[in-house]
Amino acid sequence: MGRDGAVMSGRHDMLSKGRSLAARLPRDARMVQILFLGVLLGAGALVRDFTLRPEQMALTFAAGLATQLACVRALGLQRVGVLSALITCLGLSILLRADSLWVHPLAAALAIASKFSIRAGGKHLFNPGNLGVIAGVALIPGAWISPGQWGSDVAYAAWFLALGAVVSSRAQRLDTSWAFLACYLGLVAARVAWLGYEWAVFVHQLESGALLLFAFFMISDPMTTPNHRGARVAHAAVVAAGAFAWQFLLFLPNGLVWALFIATPLVPLLDRVFRAERFNWRDNRALPTPGSPAPRTTTTLG
Amino acid sequence: MNALIRPGFARILAAAAFTLSAPGAHAFCGFYVGKADANLFNDASQVVMVRDGDRTTITMRNQYEGDLKEFAMVVPVPEVLAEESIKVVDDVLFQRIDAYSAPRLAEYYDANPCHALRERKSMLGRLPQSLAMDAAQLKVEEDRGVTVEATYTIGEYDVVILSAKESSGLEIWLRENGYRIPEGAAQALAPYIRQDLKFFVAKVNLAEQAKTGSTYLRPMQFSFHTEKFMLPIRLGMLNARGPQDLVLWVLTRTGRVEATNYRTIRLPANMDIPTYVKGDFRTFYKALFDTQAKREDYRVLFTEYVWNMSWCDPCAANPLTPAELRGLGVDWVTAGGRRAARAQPVMLTRLHVRYTAETFPEDLVFQETKDRANYQARYVLRHPAKVKPDACPAAGPYLDGVAARQEREAKVLATLTNWDVDEIRDRMGITQRQRPWWEEWWVGMAP
Repeated sequence: MGRDGAVMSGRHDMLSKGRSLAARLPRDARMVQILFLGVLLGAGALVRDFTLRPEQMALTFAAGLATQLACVRALGLQRVGVLSALITCLGLSILLRADSLWVHPLAAALAIASKFSIRAGGKHLFNPGNLGVIAGVALIPGAWISPGQWGSDVAYAAWFLALGAVVSSRAQRLDTSWAFLACYLGLVAARVAWLGYEWAVFVHQLESGALLLFAFFMISDPMTTPNHRGARVAHAAVVAAGAFAWQFLLFLPNGLVWALFIATPLVPLLDRVFRAERFNWRDNRALPTPGSPAPRTTTTLG
Repeated sequence: MNALIRPGFARILAAAAFTLSAPGAHAFCGFYVGKADANLFNDASQVVMVRDGDRTTITMRNQYEGDLKEFAMVVPVPEVLAEESIKVVDDVLFQRIDAYSAPRLAEYYDANPCHALRERKSMLGRLPQSLAMDAAQLKVEEDRGVTVEATYTIGEYDVVILSAKESSGLEIWLRENGYRIPEGAAQALAPYIRQDLKFFVAKVNLAEQAKTGSTYLRPMQFSFHTEKFMLPIRLGMLNARGPQDLVLWVLTRTGRVEATNYRTIRLPANMDIPTYVKGDFRTFYKALFDTQAKREDYRVLFTEYVWNMSWCDPCAANPLTPAELRGLGVDWVTAGGRRAARAQPVMLTRLHVRYTAETFPEDLVFQETKDRANYQARYVLRHPAKVKPDACPAAGPYLDGVAARQEREAKVLATLTNWDVDEIRDRMGITQRQRPWWEEWWVGMAP
């Protein structure tokens, strides 16, 4: 075996080590997602001086989990756990801010209840985290979101990217995140070029923690994006264009979450036109029998 | 915010000639004795912004100390401003809003542990009492693509509103009309022209200035309508040497204002610091701000104050009257005394940002949150009671507690200001006794 062969074999070793490491990660991508969102929340609360009170966080989780358990029991569902509810509660804690104690539990309860009550095509319609945030911003007094809270340090952006890529690939929805980022940043780049800004402005947008958080932890949710790959890319492009228009043509804040919210009805439409298998969290892959009716004990809720 | 058109000459916003008196307004159970007003930061641009729906009023303070002939400023604005929407206002408005919202010291006195219920007010009474302070001529220059949309003389200022098609044309027009503008101006002007913004250009009318009999320039105010809740700061960076300061007061109806494209954080505040700082609060605050801004790498906006202006308890200075608020552009407050103001909330957010051209590549974009929580940059002095260790059984443990507290104060001050902790201990007159590690840890952890 020559030198090249040795290099190849070294690479092969590394690859197989990487694979075995990946195999050791929990099969359910939500475990990884919970871990990373937990790290982000901890880092945000400790290092980034989030104006989030521990009581608000505790109430978010208490209300979110109670709603999940109550709905599961009321509907007599089985094999439905609390992992997704935990993710929603983490997401709301990271994003939503309030000057009172009742806003967070209310938003969490609304978000989780929507999963069981607003459904189309065998899956829930709204991204629960997104719905909770929108309810907070639009309906609940004394609530807001702080898109600038992450700042734009390059290090943070790189962290988000690295963490998010892992989560998304476990959830097999990397395509949504990248398609969204490509469209959105493409539009931002076009604007920078058209207006004659320095490229530092583009880099500043690129380093936005809120953008990367949205791309890798919100729009990438496999349960509320279209089942068909091409449809997912189209959906991501629509959300990107909407977010861009919201922010740079209407000059309104929080374009990302609003665009995703407004584009929600598009998902069942796209699912109807482009038939594909539904996603299954536990096996981390699409359900094996396309078009077959979902079992009563569906796992898509949990 | 404002861009000087002449490079290298005196800065537009130089140190102010006046100083604020140190007020001693009564606090709930403390006393305000010192303040760090915006004039502490010599080069700080000072801007008051009122935002109500899409209506924006901007008031800019011009603390210019150079030759008045050489003063000029350029501000991008979204529309051709009518004469009645441009004003000069009294500088007292800035002094008042600054005094009301400035970072401050609060002072407390420990009760004598041997007379736990002794009235504190007798001690407070010795402190100084509050010193209350209380038609446009159109002219098109086709060759340059620059249109003079309007010219006005407003107070001591000659104002020209320009629109332009090409940034290079605007640069040439400004040079030809006697403005010496910095290198790179065309590139910085271009994005504003592409967004169809106009340019508000002001210089001093010397004859009118002589009539005012004053040596300083009054603040200039203008109002316009725009969906964009933003403040242009990029032009002002053209002839900057190093970091620049901006103190911005934003007045809105609903809640606290923060940036959407940069981080907005509260300054570390509301902690106990050594009592000797009372003698030199300004030096302390300057060091604190320098340290914190550097620690954040000049990438954040600091919130220094958030309060509903219809009341304050405690107040560092009297809240602005409805007339003063209207003078700043708060149109939704009607005259009728403080009682009327209470029913018409005005949220004041005071932001202080130190930026560089590299760390703030974009203009500031804001949003009004629904956050109505009050916040003030306030630092607390606690004077220990004068008591001998053997005066009563409670005295010994009390003095041990004071020693631990003072050690904490020294460390807090060192962290806030980056000053040497041993020098702080020397100035406080305390020595650090050797503690076992667990006691050290406990002292460090205690709030």
